[in-house]
Amino acid sequence: MNSLPKDSAPMITGKPTDLEAPFHRLIRDFTESKLAVGALVVFICIILVALLSPWISSQNPYDLAEIDILDGRLPPGSKGINGMTYLLGTDDQGRDMLSAMFYGLRISLGVGVVSGFVALTLGTLIGLAAAYLGGKTDDLLMRIVDLQLGFPSILIAMILLAVLGRGVDKMVCALVVTQWAYFARIVRGAALSERKKEYIEAAECLALSPSRITFRHLLPNCLPPLIVVGTVNVAHAIALEATLSFLGIGLPITEPSLGLLISNGYEYILSGRYWISFFPGVALFITIASINLVADQLREVLNPRLRT
Amino acid sequence: MNCKVPTLMVEELRTHFFTKQGVVKAVDGVSFAVKPGSVIGLVGESGSGKSVTGLSIIGLLDHPGRIVSGKILFQGQDIVNLPEEKMRQLRGARLSMIFQDSIAALNPVLRIDTQMMEALRAHGKIEKKMALECAIEALSKVGIPSAKERLKCYPHQFSGGMRQRVAIAIAIVNRPDLVIADEPTTALDVTIQAQILSEVQKLCRENDTALIWITHDLTVVAGLADDLCVMYAGKIVEKGSVDEVLSRPLHPYTVGLIGSVPSHNHRGRPLYQIPGMTPALLNLPDGCAFRERCPRADKACREDPTMSMPLPNREVRCFHPHLGDYS
Amino acid sequence: MTVFLIRRFMQSGVVLLAMSVLVFVGVYAIGDPIALLINPQATQSEIDLAIRNLGLDRPLWEQYIVFLIGALKGNLGDSFIHNVPALKLIFRRLPATLELVSLAMLMAVIIGIPLGMWAGLKAKSISSQTIMAGSILGFSLPSFWVGIMLVIVFSITLGLLPTSGRGETVNFLGVGVSFLTWDGIKHLILPVINLSLFPMALVIRLTRAGMQETLPLDFVKLARAKGLTTQRVILVHVLKNIMIPIVTVVGINFGGLLAFAVVTETVFAWPGMGKLIIDSINLLDRPVVVAYLLLTVLMFTIINLVVDIFYSVLDPRVRLGDRKE
Repeated sequence: MNSLPKDSAPMITGKPTDLEAPFHRLIRDFTESKLAVGALVVFICIILVALLSPWISSQNPYDLAEIDILDGRLPPGSKGINGMTYLLGTDDQGRDMLSAMFYGLRISLGVGVVSGFVALTLGTLIGLAAAYLGGKTDDLLMRIVDLQLGFPSILIAMILLAVLGRGVDKMVCALVVTQWAYFARIVRGAALSERKKEYIEAAECLALSPSRITFRHLLPNCLPPLIVVGTVNVAHAIALEATLSFLGIGLPITEPSLGLLISNGYEYILSGRYWISFFPGVALFITIASINLVADQLREVLNPRLRT
Repeated sequence: MNCKVPTLMVEELRTHFFTKQGVVKAVDGVSFAVKPGSVIGLVGESGSGKSVTGLSIIGLLDHPGRIVSGKILFQGQDIVNLPEEKMRQLRGARLSMIFQDSIAALNPVLRIDTQMMEALRAHGKIEKKMALECAIEALSKVGIPSAKERLKCYPHQFSGGMRQRVAIAIAIVNRPDLVIADEPTTALDVTIQAQILSEVQKLCRENDTALIWITHDLTVVAGLADDLCVMYAGKIVEKGSVDEVLSRPLHPYTVGLIGSVPSHNHRGRPLYQIPGMTPALLNLPDGCAFRERCPRADKACREDPTMSMPLPNREVRCFHPHLGDYS
Repeated sequence: MTVFLIRRFMQSGVVLLAMSVLVFVGVYAIGDPIALLINPQATQSEIDLAIRNLGLDRPLWEQYIVFLIGALKGNLGDSFIHNVPALKLIFRRLPATLELVSLAMLMAVIIGIPLGMWAGLKAKSISSQTIMAGSILGFSLPSFWVGIMLVIVFSITLGLLPTSGRGETVNFLGVGVSFLTWDGIKHLILPVINLSLFPMALVIRLTRAGMQETLPLDFVKLARAKGLTTQRVILVHVLKNIMIPIVTVVGINFGGLLAFAVVTETVFAWPGMGKLIIDSINLLDRPVVVAYLLLTVLMFTIINLVVDIFYSVLDPRVRLGDRKE
């Protein structure tokens, strides 16, 4: 048989290709969808509106001194008694719809985001605990998770609110309970599969403490699905709160969210005064849709299988 | 000398993938011919373009790949731009393909008889009964015992070797003139591999079927093929009869490939490896793609080498082939 | 197979029991049944007598046992407000909800699957992107608001369809259904459309995702390599593969939709279970709430079980008791 090549010189290996930092690639891929970018812009505007509502509304709709019941049920664009133009009309109490919407956005968004955040934290901790402790604890926790995920969130929320009563804190509580299970399951799943990977073994060999391994190594790798689910859940929480308020078992009149505004207007649709329900609904829809659009693009971008 | 018209003639085939990061020239100027009843081996590492060549021939390239130039003459007819309906009629009937991973290649939720009979019935009106008979016959031919009962099974109920035989049966059931086999035995045990190889060889000789065997494993192709094409980075770098190429390799890459086969190495000494790595197809160096790993490379190799014919019936794409090494 | 079934039944039983405890205890914490049922003007001795008669003075666990025994006999207590057995009340309303939910789910699937398949096949085309944008609309639009808008547009402005309520019913297999009468259909159109939007969006996205995952797989290439027509490749090979997750999700969501129908029933004053439960929660009608929750749990467990069985029928790889050759 042949002998090996006689003339051999040291080889130059090829240049390694330039690797983008993962974050830059994320931004680049995300901005590919103009729709998603637009949605993100819209959402940021909505957040700003919600935060700045006391300063940008023409009246405080919940200060009884500022509203006049004689101005009630005016269609959009009409002028009120004190000369103010009600751009989107007024409700039955004479409140400016636009201002009521701004305040309502604040509450709807606030409740949704806070509950999402708390649920994320709670669910993550539980999921990590389940993954780390394993065995019977894991089994039990996951059984509870499965049980809860088997039931529609509206049902769970209804029961909880029936028990707890009305109020912002109780609503947040109920929303947290409906959401934590999603996060727990994802984090546990991701943690379990990451745990088997070699970089964790390596970290363990280096005798890093469990909490360091968990928080600095495991957690960042569980982030992609968490981000997607988190965003979707916030949208879902906002929608759920609105639905519950509409049904009359959600937030009380003193903290009117968009859902309650829509519910207020429901009795007026037969008489043609559509604007009392219509505009808050549009605001709600735009909020939820923008979050969902962003979440959708995030999912496309963070899903390793779909990358070409 | 066999004077028959070649079943397949590929001329300067170029298949490129237009990805977001750039153009990947997966197949960049490949030419070869296969005669009826003969077997040609297409050998190369992953990424050399051999599978893409096979997919280009049968017209099943995935987006974003596409044939940009060249001719594929199947029985004299250029099929590159053939309308899809005509191509469909050829596929499965006159030319067929066997895929590497049989568990992925067979539909897991359909029974074997369904999957076999539809191959028959897609190309002509055959009665169910007749189709069943043909299916049983095909399965027996590939060495599956009690074919009739096996037909009612699902793919996951078979072992790997059996599944691959089913895949082969499906490929030959319509007696095609050309079969493209894309690494069909890579996932199988060595003993099963040998069995399947000999069965396929027998079937092809019997029916005068031309066979293209795509593999990265030289040992497989050594016993099976008549001719050999060695591919590297989308181009064919050496062509010739299998005995000639394996006993007297001309291209430094072929030499390296043969040298890497463990049985060719001496005991106790470190295994020989071709130094360096396959270049990323997005970042090919100028000139000869093998230049950066080649012990014989020099300034001349910065130009693209073309196929030359230094010996009768031997072609090589190199400025410095191993001509004088053989005394 | 039987072992599997028995095991699942037992698991479901445990779940039911646990839920019944949870539900019973939770609901006990709301409101004061004494105040609900007994005349506030009554004297203390009359109140005490009433308490004893209604068993409200017993310790909690004893009340639960009584309740459980009653439940197993099919008696879940009488509604505090209506004075009829709670279960009877719910069953009276069940057909209306079932009708609404079944038709909505059917519509979601019939429209959703073809749209999702189209979106998956022509992935980068404008029509596909429109469909996907539409699906996001489908689950971003708040259901109750869409219902209100539908009423405003179709009932009030255009006057084409009724604003609320259920139409005429006819007896079908012993149950009153309204989709067999023209009046019934007119009353069904808007609520069914309203309720179907959310599951339809879900089905579209699922189907599209299934297509995108399945189309590049090797067996699709092989099917084409056999020379099969595109029609057969998609409708037989691909569809059968993607149906499995779709059916599972649809089945599981059916249960969810039963609960979610509350919203549509409220907007359209549809006489179903949902409206009943909302009123009962607000009026603290404890037996009805408990009965509803338990019934829902039971339905869910049954649905999950059915879906599991269905899954194993559809996917031969999962078939239980299968031996590998």
